[in-house]
Amino acid sequence: MRRRGVGASAVTKKKLESARYKERGTELAAQQLEQLSSQLETFHTNLEEFAAKHKNEIRKDPQFRHQFQQMCASIGVDPLASGKGFWSEMLGVGDFYYELGVQAVEICIATRSQNGGILTMDELHKRLMKTRGRYGQDITQEDIRTAIKKLKVLGTGFALLGSASKQIIQSVPGELNMDHTAILDLAQQTNGKVSASQVQSALLWSPERTQQVLEHLTREGMAWADDQAKDKQRLYWFPALFNSDRKLKS
Amino acid sequence: MGMKSYDDGSLILTTHQIIWRDSSDFQICISVPLCLVVFCEKQSGGIGRSAKLSVHLQAAQANRTPGPVSRSRYDYVRFSFKNGGESEFHTKLQSAMQTKEWEKTSSQATSSPVSKSSAKTGPIRASGIVGIERKIEENRRVTDKNISVAFQDLTKLMEKAKEMVSLSSNIANKIKDKKGDITDDETVKFKSYLLSLGIPNPVTKETHGSGTHYHMQLAHEIASLLKQPLEENAGIMLLSDAYCRINRARGMELLSPEDLLNACRMLDNLKLHMKLREFETGVLVLQLDSHSDEKVISQTTELVDDSKSLSAQELANLVSVSVLLAKERLLLAERAGKLCRDDSDEGLRFYPNLFAQPMR
Repeated sequence: MRRRGVGASAVTKKKLESARYKERGTELAAQQLEQLSSQLETFHTNLEEFAAKHKNEIRKDPQFRHQFQQMCASIGVDPLASGKGFWSEMLGVGDFYYELGVQAVEICIATRSQNGGILTMDELHKRLMKTRGRYGQDITQEDIRTAIKKLKVLGTGFALLGSASKQIIQSVPGELNMDHTAILDLAQQTNGKVSASQVQSALLWSPERTQQVLEHLTREGMAWADDQAKDKQRLYWFPALFNSDRKLKS
Repeated sequence: MGMKSYDDGSLILTTHQIIWRDSSDFQICISVPLCLVVFCEKQSGGIGRSAKLSVHLQAAQANRTPGPVSRSRYDYVRFSFKNGGESEFHTKLQSAMQTKEWEKTSSQATSSPVSKSSAKTGPIRASGIVGIERKIEENRRVTDKNISVAFQDLTKLMEKAKEMVSLSSNIANKIKDKKGDITDDETVKFKSYLLSLGIPNPVTKETHGSGTHYHMQLAHEIASLLKQPLEENAGIMLLSDAYCRINRARGMELLSPEDLLNACRMLDNLKLHMKLREFETGVLVLQLDSHSDEKVISQTTELVDDSKSLSAQELANLVSVSVLLAKERLLLAERAGKLCRDDSDEGLRFYPNLFAQPMR
């Protein structure tokens, strides 16, 4: 008798509390936490089912991978935040991008002494495909972008510069502003070589501004100054931006 | 004259064409694409008369391969079945006409070279190639269908995830405003829920720490894995370097950059003999506790003294650290007043700080 009474009153008490809270429009955070916990369990199961059916599509189809990333971003979720996350664990998206990140870092380190820490997206893409070999999965530039964005948190200055079609990846810390990027853009169109007068006429800059920006890029090791030209004009070479017949040694 | 009589051969039906092949010389081969067939008429045989099939055709296409005649006043061809088989052929032809397989392949162009080559090369591969084409097309359709199903399933999942995101942010707000009334244990649980979903943790790290049990475990793993490499590398290592080493060692179930960062943040508190350090430039390193700034500064200053001046690259070569770290050492010594910089277009070089030294 007594036991039943205690039980019943405890239950009604809880119900009363919860009703009162609902009245005030607030629920106890602890209750919400319980809710979240059970929703998460259900989600885990649903995601497992999804993975069993569709894991391959994500692995093999870059378009689907891209859409997946976008959908996650739109709801405020980062599927790559942690290797321990559900998405990563069950869909395997994590390993794909984290490994890509490792390969990208290694390529940047290997080429840094020559290019000063910048690399065109095309060049990085090519080298990544080479590293991954014939049996490696196909990767798109979008995949590379996603992997690089994640690398930012490691503090070594990973950044994506320029517009989508001719992007440059920076892998060293150091502020590269729009002026620097403008010259890099120009140099991409001129085979990786510019002179101060070229810059001035193409970008309509003053000689002082041109000088300052070119010198910064030289100091950073991204451009090499060359005074051997016949007309004595100083030329600036960007090893990162040479076209294919003058490519960096692998 | 050698006008071919085409009177002894076999008739082959594929999904895309009718092929006649000479029995004695397989090289002799002519065909008609099914897309040109308008109608097929059967005439039964009788005594002294073989069964016949008249296949009525549309006008030939301009790009057709040359055939037995360049022009004809007839708009049909007639096949004479001396050895039977006309009924089956007729039935099969009619069903092929219904299926219209040639309209299902993605491009017409893939069919015509087939008929061209079979006419010239003899050995019929038409059905084989067409079969493969069909398979590719079928796969593509199945894949497309799969992806759209996958996409639908994914959309449903995302809706559920979205609900959890808003619930989480609700809870997080309560914690922040201290209206939560949540125990520490529950906070830890909450953080691991956020981790599972990939929701950025809005709860401030100062009050609750950024890590979860998972990160604590990782911290121990990192400490044991990187102790020796650190000792071999002058006690200091770029975080990006650590990232590569750890993931290479793991092989699978890799760490995300954030996992590494959050785990390393806990190293100091867990007294694991190393810690995460951030330089003013934003560069992040792992550093052994035994690493001493003073030692580095005096070593660097000495080296610069000996060489009169050094660039980051030169120092990197001397002490076998990466250029980035060499630069940090020079900056460190500069901040301590031991070195001066000279920034020219020869590059950034560091010199002993003569200003700080006593006058001789």
